[in-house]
Amino acid sequence: MARLNTPEELEKFRQEIVSKRDPNRSCISICAGAGCLASGSSEVMGAFKAEIKKQGLTTDVDTKGTGCPGFCERGPVVVIYPEEICYLQVTPEDVSEIISQTIKEKKVVDRLLYVEPTTGEKATHESDIPFYKHQERNLICNNIKIDSKSIDDYLAINGYSALAKVLSRMTSEEVVEEIKKSNLRGRGGGGFQTGRKWEGSRNAPEKIKYVIVNADEGDPGAFMDRALLEGNPHSILEGLIIGGYAIGSHEGYIYVRQEYPLAVENITLAVKQAEAYGFLGENILGSGFDFFVKVHRGAGAFVCGESSALMTALEGRVGEPRPKYIHSNIKGLWNKPSVLNNVETWANVPLIINKGADWFSQIGTKGSKGTKIFSLVGKIINTGLVEVHMGITLRDIIYKIGGGIPGGKKFKAVQTGGPSGGCIPTELLDLKVDFDELTKAGSMMGSGGMIVMDEDTCMVDVARYFIHFLTDESCGKCLPCREGLRQMDKILTNITKGKGKVGDIELLEELAETAIEASLCALGKSAPNPFLSTIHYFRDEYEAHIKDKRCPALFCKDLIAYYIDPDKCQACMICLKKCPVEAIDGGKKKIHIIDQEKCTNCGICFEVCPSRFNAVKKISGEPVPPPIPEEERIIIKKSKEK
Amino acid sequence: MSEIRLQIDGKEVTAKEGMTILEAAQSAGISIPTLCHHEKLEPFGGCRICIVEIEVRGWTKLVVSCVYLVEENLVVRTRSEKIDRIRKTLVELLLAHAPDSPQLQALALEYGADKDRFEKDASFCIHCGLCVRYCAEVKKKNAVGFVDRGIRKEIVFIPEIAAKECNRCKECFSLCPTSYLQAAFVLTEALAFPRASSQARCPG
Amino acid sequence: MDIDRIDQIIGKHQGEPSSLIQVLLEIQSENHWLPKEAIERVSEKLEVPISRIQHIATFYKAFSSMPRGRHEVHICMGTACHVRGATRILDTVQDLIGIKSGQADQDLKFSLETVNCLGCCALGPVMEIDGKTYGKLSTTETAAVLERYE
Repeated sequence: MARLNTPEELEKFRQEIVSKRDPNRSCISICAGAGCLASGSSEVMGAFKAEIKKQGLTTDVDTKGTGCPGFCERGPVVVIYPEEICYLQVTPEDVSEIISQTIKEKKVVDRLLYVEPTTGEKATHESDIPFYKHQERNLICNNIKIDSKSIDDYLAINGYSALAKVLSRMTSEEVVEEIKKSNLRGRGGGGFQTGRKWEGSRNAPEKIKYVIVNADEGDPGAFMDRALLEGNPHSILEGLIIGGYAIGSHEGYIYVRQEYPLAVENITLAVKQAEAYGFLGENILGSGFDFFVKVHRGAGAFVCGESSALMTALEGRVGEPRPKYIHSNIKGLWNKPSVLNNVETWANVPLIINKGADWFSQIGTKGSKGTKIFSLVGKIINTGLVEVHMGITLRDIIYKIGGGIPGGKKFKAVQTGGPSGGCIPTELLDLKVDFDELTKAGSMMGSGGMIVMDEDTCMVDVARYFIHFLTDESCGKCLPCREGLRQMDKILTNITKGKGKVGDIELLEELAETAIEASLCALGKSAPNPFLSTIHYFRDEYEAHIKDKRCPALFCKDLIAYYIDPDKCQACMICLKKCPVEAIDGGKKKIHIIDQEKCTNCGICFEVCPSRFNAVKKISGEPVPPPIPEEERIIIKKSKEK
Repeated sequence: MSEIRLQIDGKEVTAKEGMTILEAAQSAGISIPTLCHHEKLEPFGGCRICIVEIEVRGWTKLVVSCVYLVEENLVVRTRSEKIDRIRKTLVELLLAHAPDSPQLQALALEYGADKDRFEKDASFCIHCGLCVRYCAEVKKKNAVGFVDRGIRKEIVFIPEIAAKECNRCKECFSLCPTSYLQAAFVLTEALAFPRASSQARCPG
Repeated sequence: MDIDRIDQIIGKHQGEPSSLIQVLLEIQSENHWLPKEAIERVSEKLEVPISRIQHIATFYKAFSSMPRGRHEVHICMGTACHVRGATRILDTVQDLIGIKSGQADQDLKFSLETVNCLGCCALGPVMEIDGKTYGKLSTTETAAVLERYE
């Protein structure tokens, strides 16, 4: 592979690739992202390859392992081109039917299609599936089209054309102006104006500057960056090189968390490929601009997602954040001007360069332009990654795209912004999602995690969960975060165990103020948010826990008891046999009783009781009814009674 | 280095460029409480006790004075209801670890802190980092360091280095506000120091 | 782990002190833990104080200062997995193997760690063993998965 030395050589090479590809040729695209791999997509790929070989179709049909299209719960996802037929939850056993029906006879295999749960309607094409239909997938649409390990596939979809445009026809000032004009705000959580951040670094007098990709994605529940970095690594790399050119940096770092080994693998490969093709190195495309990239792995610390801690980690130290009194775009990595942006922010850059800032700023709301990828997870029917324009309502995301709450349960809240965010209740479902609206509601955009909660979720436990998470992840340098969160964790844990006292809420609020006002970094400053938003919208749950020792959601293990309703129990013995501590007494026609002394509250009996009986109940805040007398425990068949 | 004029607690103060608010205040005889600060060491910003309120470019915010550099026309307040309330809570959080520390008791008196506000913790290290930083920055021996993070963070002596260096130094001992350092050293010495000295005494 | 291999890894990163974490990650991944000798060698070659390496080796969860089991079990405790019952899966695994998170069993067959998000949030609850991810777990399935490992 010869290096591409000019934009003209790149275009010529691109045309060669495209002309060699027959758009009418059958191609079976199988998602090879981490989610579908976990569901068995590599076995499906293997089955396809074997079947194609067996049927002598190797010259007519291609297979491709692609990037993550975001519908992880229904994986393995397979899309057949050119028809764009989308099959879900494909197993190796389905492969021969797909080959014989769809590939050979152009017929659709009905049972593998998406079925709308309420209407029963089936969707053949990806674009018909309600989950995808209402999205605006500017960034993530390419994932299913390309083999994430192929740079040629990226070139075939116009990859690196933005870089060529920038290097040959734009000055670095023009690039910064374009990004400023687009009003692109950081997608990692801070929501800072990207163009202004770049401008600050560009204007700094230092000769050595750095550009950094933050792929640490530590927010639990968020996996947008994983899908982008794994699925289309070159798009981020292209954005990074353009950013380097814009601010005058010749060295870029990509910091990837080590919990994403596939993303590390794919981006490392992409860097090698880009070096071979001449998109990295000296005199890129003949422009005279040099740029080099290093990939760095994280080592397992959520705090390293904070930009100054990330830079400290890049320097080979523990991830302790630094005060932000002097911004890192002026004094960052090794005290040099450093532009750090999130994966999704970088991915937007080639798009803006190619389609223009005007196009970009027409999407979204006044304060938040463009699209945002959210990871819609938790108690929701259609779980996965959704890319929507800013300004869409929460209701549309949860019901139109997400399909609503499974099991007929009621929506309770949606948690956004990860551990720095808050919970948004039912009354705010018509909120138009953008940076400022979410902050006004007491939450924040964050990196894009959207965790849906239903009536069975205990909001006090949600606050406890996040505070506990942050206590574990705190770097420990500053007092308000290390000790303040420790005490908040203790108090909240006690509340969920029925040991809450009057005065606890006030103490929590005081500790919250201390953390917000005096912490060193954003981890500590935003840590109280989940508590503050749940106490604001769900105060009644806290008071029930503290005053009545009751968990309204029937979740907190220490505040609930399992009880078998003698009127409903049919003595089927299923729960009796499954109980791991043999706490259930009963027999074939003898109504079962749970021995509360032995019961460990594991919940297995509740899970296994057949739904037609629905005899196992969870109770909280009231004493367990005494067992019914022995004689009444024997079930007599109605016929015998006559 | 140019001169910078700022106001601290209503008093006009002249400072040099590159000074922190704490240094400027100290030069003007205005006292701000600290725990993790030491003039021989780089500012740490860990205890947050030295927080002050500043007004800059129309914004009011809280910053730690040991780290924040002076700016022209900065308005600084070292005491206020909010600052006092926060300092009180910070001291109470530390008293849960080291209720007998003289520095903490003095601060508790000043800010009305209650030593029993929070449940006591077994460890009486308050993580000021003075020992670790002194050994690294001044003595350059790195005989004692931090391990782990968050609430599991601790100071630990490196036995091989401590065995060689500490007995003739011990300069950090007087810096420790709670005497946890001395206790940690004694324990390390008893459990982990290489046994060269005792073998010399009992060769059989 | 032999010194030459450690030197090789250090050499790969041009002996730069900022590559410290990357070097340690490679040693951890090959050796399954960071023995004292490795830390001392790295300290010597990269000219970095032992106390700094010790802090890094204990600060970051990827490293362990004790040998880990042949099969490293990671349970995701991220929010999406938590909401779908990750705590029950953790309890199940702890009961089945007989160890708590952060420990390894007697024969060093399994070691158990919790992870704060593996990025497979749509498939919660999730468990990862030796690089293979298992999603949508129930307590019975978890038991079945563990039995497959020698």
